[in-house]
Amino acid sequence: MIEFRSVRKEYADGVVAVADVSLVVPSHKTVVLVGSSGSGKTTLLRMVNRMVEPTSGAVLIDGEDVRDRDPVRLRRSIGYVMQSAGLLPHVRVIDNIATVPILNGVPRREARERARELMDTVGLDRALALRYPAQLSGGQQQRVGVARALASDPNILLMDEPFGAVDPIVRRELQRELLRLQSELGKTTVFVTHDIDEAFLLGDEVVILAQGGRIVQRGTPDEILEAPADDFVREFVGLVDGRRQMSLRPTPHGTAVVDASGRVQGMLRDGPT
Amino acid sequence: MSWTLDNLGLIGELTLEHLRQSVPPILYGLALAVPLGWVAHRFRRVRGLVLTVTGILYTLPSLALLPLLPVIFGISALSAVNLVLALTIYAVAILVRSVADGFDAVDDAVRRAAVAMGFGPLRRFWTVELPLAGPVILAGLRVTAVSTISLATVGILIGVTNLGYLFTNGFQRRIVEEILAGVVAVALVALLVDLLLVAAGRIAMPWTRGARVPSRALPAGGRA
Repeated sequence: MIEFRSVRKEYADGVVAVADVSLVVPSHKTVVLVGSSGSGKTTLLRMVNRMVEPTSGAVLIDGEDVRDRDPVRLRRSIGYVMQSAGLLPHVRVIDNIATVPILNGVPRREARERARELMDTVGLDRALALRYPAQLSGGQQQRVGVARALASDPNILLMDEPFGAVDPIVRRELQRELLRLQSELGKTTVFVTHDIDEAFLLGDEVVILAQGGRIVQRGTPDEILEAPADDFVREFVGLVDGRRQMSLRPTPHGTAVVDASGRVQGMLRDGPT
Repeated sequence: MSWTLDNLGLIGELTLEHLRQSVPPILYGLALAVPLGWVAHRFRRVRGLVLTVTGILYTLPSLALLPLLPVIFGISALSAVNLVLALTIYAVAILVRSVADGFDAVDDAVRRAAVAMGFGPLRRFWTVELPLAGPVILAGLRVTAVSTISLATVGILIGVTNLGYLFTNGFQRRIVEEILAGVVAVALVALLVDLLLVAAGRIAMPWTRGARVPSRALPAGGRA
């Protein structure tokens, strides 16, 4: 369990990145922080592994203040996936995946064996093991990034817009894989994105942040869609531009679900009686 | 060609002597330039100072430096040590900027990734930053090597014998071929060392071989 206790981050120039956020990420759940740029979502994420120190407040992991942990050891105990993968360009795929276990002193042979297994887990062909990151596609690199984050079997996974730099088709594929992995592994996951659809797809709970690092609403995707807290949320989730305002329209082939601009978004499986 | 063929033994000895005098300054220069260049990269405030001072060093005329160093360091003016010291100073002067540029060129996203993975500062330096700065440092090192090998010939002016001997001796004895042989020998030594450096770079930095443009050309994620 990760707990943010009224954390605040203010930079020397007076910019407030995070304003008094309190939040609990339950064990084995995925909490998605979603907001546009400047909403402090990445700053919050980086407080967990002490890449950013809060100006005030505290972050606790299973009740223990992260400030009491050695930052380097702490980071090795937490999986981290970055945008555009953040792989080490001078290290082969297999050793990129094995990075953290090797830092932890696991013998190289053993770490590589585990890395190969992880390649299977994330759906990477083992034939790619000896390539360098630049020789992989964006989607493959991202899978390596996920495998690397899982390599030391951490309880916590931090994902910072991990699928932001890949094309939409690959992104959908990676999102589905992540859902599958999450159902198998059940990591306590904090996921940062600016894409509300991604947030609703992946999050057990979604936290919507506004400029200056304020939480405007949090809840399950259902809760947010059914009862948006204010106009900002309504706008953000697509209830204002009509993207998520659905109505039913009978057609000769069944009942269509259409959004506010009249575009058919889908068909009802069983027509209403 | 007759002078050259008759004196192959001499040229060979001088070449070995030349390497003995010019390779150490290249290595010492690298050893000194890496920490200095890293400081220039890491601490913006002293960057200007470090780069300006080392830049000025390079403008010192060698004919002035060679008699000055013994006064400053209390060594014999007519020794190979004096020459090695002078060449080391020039090597540092050229290399520091390359090293600073090399560290500057390391992608911040990669550096952040290393921090996030749990690399400590020292390990990050040796296993991430230095290797990734490697290609730029190597480019600087190649320039330094060629320049040092060429510059070493001034040693003959303080009585340190190396391939420069062929220049002064040929000049005094009016043997043009001897001078030309010296020029060619210096060029060949420089070329050989350059090839060795390139080969060493390929072995030490295998990821640069036939590397495609890294996909990091993608927009890097700003802080959200």
